[in-house]
Amino acid sequence: MISQFFVLSQRGDNIVFRDYRGEVAKGSAEIFFRKVKFWKEDGQEEAPPVFNVDGVNYFHVKVVGLLFVATTRVNVSPSLVLELLQRIARVIKDYLGVLSEDSLRKNFVLVYELLDEVIDFGYVQTTSTEVLKSYVFNEPIVVDAARLQPLGPAAIFMQGTKRMPGTAVTKSVVANEPGGRKREEIFVDIIEKISVTFSSSGYILTSEIDGTIQMKSYLSGNPEIRLALNEDLSIGRGGGTIYDYRSSSGSGAVILDDCNFHESVRLDSFDMDRTLSLVPPDGEFPVMNYRMTQEFKPPFRINCLIEEAGQLKAEVIIKVRAEFPSNITANTIAVQMPLPKYTTRASFELESEAVGQRTDFKEANKKLEWGLKKIVGGSEHTLRVKLTFSQESHANLTKEAGPVSMTFTIPMYNVSRLQVKYLQIAKKSSSYNPYRWVRYVTQANSYVARI
Amino acid sequence: MAPPAQSQRSPSPSQPSGKSEVSDLKLQLRQLAGSRAPGVDDSKRELFKKVISYMTIGIDVSSLFGEMVMCSATSDIVLKKMCYLYVGNYAKVNPDLALLTINFLQRDCRDEDPMIRGLALRSLCSLRVANLVEYLVGPLGSGLKDSNSYVRMVAVMGVLKLYHISASTCVDADFPSILKHLMLHDSDTQVVANCLSALQEIWSAEASTSEEASREREALISKPVIYYLLNRIKEFSEWAQCLVLELVTKYVPSDSSEIFDIMNLLEDRLQHANGAVVLATIRVFLQLTLSMTDVHQQVYERIKAPLLTLVSSGSPEQSYAVLSHLHLLVMRAPYVFSSDYKHFYCQYNEPSYVKRLKLEMLTAVANESNTYEIVTELCEYAANVDIPIARESIRAVGKIALQQYDVNAIVDRLLQFLEMEKDYVTAEALVLVKDLLRKYPQWSHDCIAVVGNISSKNVQEPKAKAALIWMLGEYSQDMQDAPYVLESLVENWDEEHSAEVRLHLLTAVMKCYFKRPPETQSALGAALAAGIADFHQDVHDRALFYYRILRYNVSVAERVVNPPKQAVSVFADTQSSEIKDRIFDEFNSLSVLYQKPSYMFTDKEHRGPLEFADELGNLSIGEAANNVVPTQMVEENDKDLLLTTSEKEETKGSRNNGSAYTVPYDGSSTSVFASQTHIESAVSNPTSAGHSPQASFAIDDLLGLGIPAAPAVPSPPQLKLNTKAALDPSTFQQKWRQLPVALSQEISVSPQGVAALTAPQVLLRHMQSHSIHCIASGGQSPNFKFFFFAQKFEESSNYLVECVINTSSAKAQVKIKADDQNTSQAFSTLFESALSKFGTS
Repeated sequence: MISQFFVLSQRGDNIVFRDYRGEVAKGSAEIFFRKVKFWKEDGQEEAPPVFNVDGVNYFHVKVVGLLFVATTRVNVSPSLVLELLQRIARVIKDYLGVLSEDSLRKNFVLVYELLDEVIDFGYVQTTSTEVLKSYVFNEPIVVDAARLQPLGPAAIFMQGTKRMPGTAVTKSVVANEPGGRKREEIFVDIIEKISVTFSSSGYILTSEIDGTIQMKSYLSGNPEIRLALNEDLSIGRGGGTIYDYRSSSGSGAVILDDCNFHESVRLDSFDMDRTLSLVPPDGEFPVMNYRMTQEFKPPFRINCLIEEAGQLKAEVIIKVRAEFPSNITANTIAVQMPLPKYTTRASFELESEAVGQRTDFKEANKKLEWGLKKIVGGSEHTLRVKLTFSQESHANLTKEAGPVSMTFTIPMYNVSRLQVKYLQIAKKSSSYNPYRWVRYVTQANSYVARI
Repeated sequence: MAPPAQSQRSPSPSQPSGKSEVSDLKLQLRQLAGSRAPGVDDSKRELFKKVISYMTIGIDVSSLFGEMVMCSATSDIVLKKMCYLYVGNYAKVNPDLALLTINFLQRDCRDEDPMIRGLALRSLCSLRVANLVEYLVGPLGSGLKDSNSYVRMVAVMGVLKLYHISASTCVDADFPSILKHLMLHDSDTQVVANCLSALQEIWSAEASTSEEASREREALISKPVIYYLLNRIKEFSEWAQCLVLELVTKYVPSDSSEIFDIMNLLEDRLQHANGAVVLATIRVFLQLTLSMTDVHQQVYERIKAPLLTLVSSGSPEQSYAVLSHLHLLVMRAPYVFSSDYKHFYCQYNEPSYVKRLKLEMLTAVANESNTYEIVTELCEYAANVDIPIARESIRAVGKIALQQYDVNAIVDRLLQFLEMEKDYVTAEALVLVKDLLRKYPQWSHDCIAVVGNISSKNVQEPKAKAALIWMLGEYSQDMQDAPYVLESLVENWDEEHSAEVRLHLLTAVMKCYFKRPPETQSALGAALAAGIADFHQDVHDRALFYYRILRYNVSVAERVVNPPKQAVSVFADTQSSEIKDRIFDEFNSLSVLYQKPSYMFTDKEHRGPLEFADELGNLSIGEAANNVVPTQMVEENDKDLLLTTSEKEETKGSRNNGSAYTVPYDGSSTSVFASQTHIESAVSNPTSAGHSPQASFAIDDLLGLGIPAAPAVPSPPQLKLNTKAALDPSTFQQKWRQLPVALSQEISVSPQGVAALTAPQVLLRHMQSHSIHCIASGGQSPNFKFFFFAQKFEESSNYLVECVINTSSAKAQVKIKADDQNTSQAFSTLFESALSKFGTS
């Protein structure tokens, strides 16, 4: 049970504010914002998603730079409230097509209407876009998506996939297309976030894939859908330690450690033929989340060397090798590395044929940054950096710098080899043939090489 | 059209004050109010939007109330909704104006469109104006009977809103019992869920004053209701499922087969993508199996994978909430998670609050087989750019060392830290080495060699400096230049800002002096002189004390300051197990995130459905009615038996005179047990007898202040209990939460007692005859659980007891809490004697 719900902009302005029970004083938004902004004097630490000020519990989640906040005096389940906040954001996005400060401000009456139906007197009534459709009457004022920076999951598919309509996923579930008729289509996205830690000698210390099969349906008449996954998919690794790499062969079956499903998913035939059947509700939702620690081939190998090069000088060499097929291209790659505290200057030396790369030395936090627009599968890139120090270094340089971390997005590639074999839409008419988009993407979550 | 970006609280010159805009709006609204021109609804919409946007940013638009209400005569549902929102916002501050809206809201409640009926009813109930409640009863009554489930859903919440405005109106209209009927018969699950929420709130609030309400609240967790809800659980929305699961946590199944049935039914909820459902399910599993050790263990194994999946699949916020719960489980049963340690490795981009939890988890799961890897990983973090985390990683290494696993390798690592030449690493490592030496003195040789190389000038942090100085004093015989290092530190006495460091320095110089007198003498003199001149009271006192004791006798001084030490075996835990248990009982609540039981951060009325009352609630309070009745009777009689003031004083006087037996002043009261009670209760307790008076006497003498010593004859220490003690359940709960366990023991129950314990009531009557009253009881053979309380005679000092009797082992597990800790032992003796007589008398 919550008492208030509000959305604050990055600057702390109230965009929407709804008081459901009148138990928490009106100034809560200000108290909250000040607390979040000045959590620790040095500004180094982030405020946790839940905290208590004078008996009032504040919950918040960050979505596209906005703060979605709930307050209550009651000792409630935190995961319920945090999940609820996330869902409210998702419902609003379903309605508005794009979730941003601008779209919220333009549509705040619609948002109030939604909020009234989602929560009554602090109790959740429904968060299903489907159900809400029959209660909500305001038409969304659509914000021009093209003007917006490519943020959020829609953007990650845009490069290197010519046929894909990039704007489709920023389409509201209720707004009509300019042409009048809605386009029948369904999106199934397999999004995998990978975490890998390499030891200084290049061994894989830990690795994990956190995957989601996400669906967004614009099909009329709610037809049933069947999603078939790899037939040799197995779930749960028998006994023993989860990280026993020897037990999993490099090729062959896909073994998930564990997974969970959206409540609309029926698993009647899952055990037999790895098929999920569901009637997709409107809006965006995860069909299935899964977790995998089975060994996989990391898409990038990172080599890093730091050496003294004379008095008060050192050299860093970072090599990144893409170990995926050459028809695949990774994009928005960023490599970061903390340098010794006493570094005063860093001069960069890129390869002669380097295109679309930039380098930077962040003086304030002594970090080097190397950005690459894209990396084609099979290629290798090197960065050389000459460092100047302000003082003699006594200790081992490798203890003063690193680790190297990397972020990237690889569209149309997934490391787990989990696949949607087919996507079947059960509808009588033979002429009915909606667009089906099955898309894969791999992203770095925590991709770190120690030196 | 977009509302201005700036908010009211930071008005800038460009910000409209709102006044002229509002009067402008007023004019426009008035023009539109009567108009029937085509397209007028669109213009109204624009105006309404403007009004609402002003409202959101805090401009007072309440002056438009009349115009808004006039414009609301429309069939346009969007307009209506905006109008309702406006009215709901301002009705409370303008109750007179709110009356204006009643008419059109009541009319809308009879609209043929169920959407309008529902919306109007919701707005009507949201006005929160006390003098309008009479208008709510009618529409609510028909709303609850509406053929449309949306209207019923709204009406049920409306009942709860009415209850908060005027509880008596709500109860008098008999709404709670209508909700109860709906809950068990409505076809729509959201209606059912709303009934459940509303009834829980209403009956919990009523329970403190009404017997019936507390029975009704109990009935919510009765088998028929629970089974009814459980059997339909999959029809409920995910949020309503959480509600039902929360209720199930409070249900006490009668046997293990019931437990397994419930768990099998809920098994697939663990695969739900909504973390709230999974955690609520886990709480049910954990609670149900508390008394079944093996199954409880299996539950831990079973929930591991779903929890880990939630941690990695959810939003960062959700994953933090789940991780906190995982943290709690790991701390409770580290061995279950010892092979999953790699999941607790920190990722470089995680926020500090997540890393901190993970470090604690890594520390907890370290065992013989994984310590090496965990410590290696922790050492990586020690070089982390995030300095607070680096520090905590080093502390974690130290804690693992103190847990006694593979100390050998860890000591080497710690010593490497000392050589890392990062000041904070050195500082943390010094503190750790000190703790390590206190536990494993055998490592002194290796450590001292390294510590000796550290220049005290490079150590600035007080804690670290104190640690270094302690080691210099403690191991001065092994550290070649200890006296000289100490001497130079003493020379810089004035530059040392931390009193803690100066105190340590004094002690260290003393210790060094006992071991190497000729080398230290001058440093000692300087230290004592500086110490006595120190402005800090503690430093001054310690220096003076050292000085005097040295003058008295050096060997005595050595025995006092540097006695042979025993290695510390276990360092004290920061949190009591009582508090940890409490937090575990409140699984799936904020208590877990804050790592505090709820009474520490919420006031009582807001403790919510998870409150501790449930533990007592499980044990039916209804049964305790047996003893409530006589207590009340006694109280009534009390009025007739009121003593005159003089009589009261007499009683007091006789107590102070130390007579062992007091004449029970309740004389002929209805309590037939009274006379027996006092004789029984007067068991004296030799252990706690008169300790404190003697102690205070000694101190008075020592100070030589000439104050007369405490009364020479302390009052006798026997404990008498009040036969007519009264304590209401909520006070009991509050006290039970707040007080620490004073005593915990196992008492044998006589075979006759076990035989007599056919039903809890028998024991209740027996205990009552000893002035120990039962407040709640429950359970089934062989396990019976009782909560008792007793009060000290003529004082409001309470004793609270939790007593679990196992009839098959004939043992009772007793936990005693007391307002006055000093007498808890005496009470325990009393309690034991009373219990042991059960069945024999």
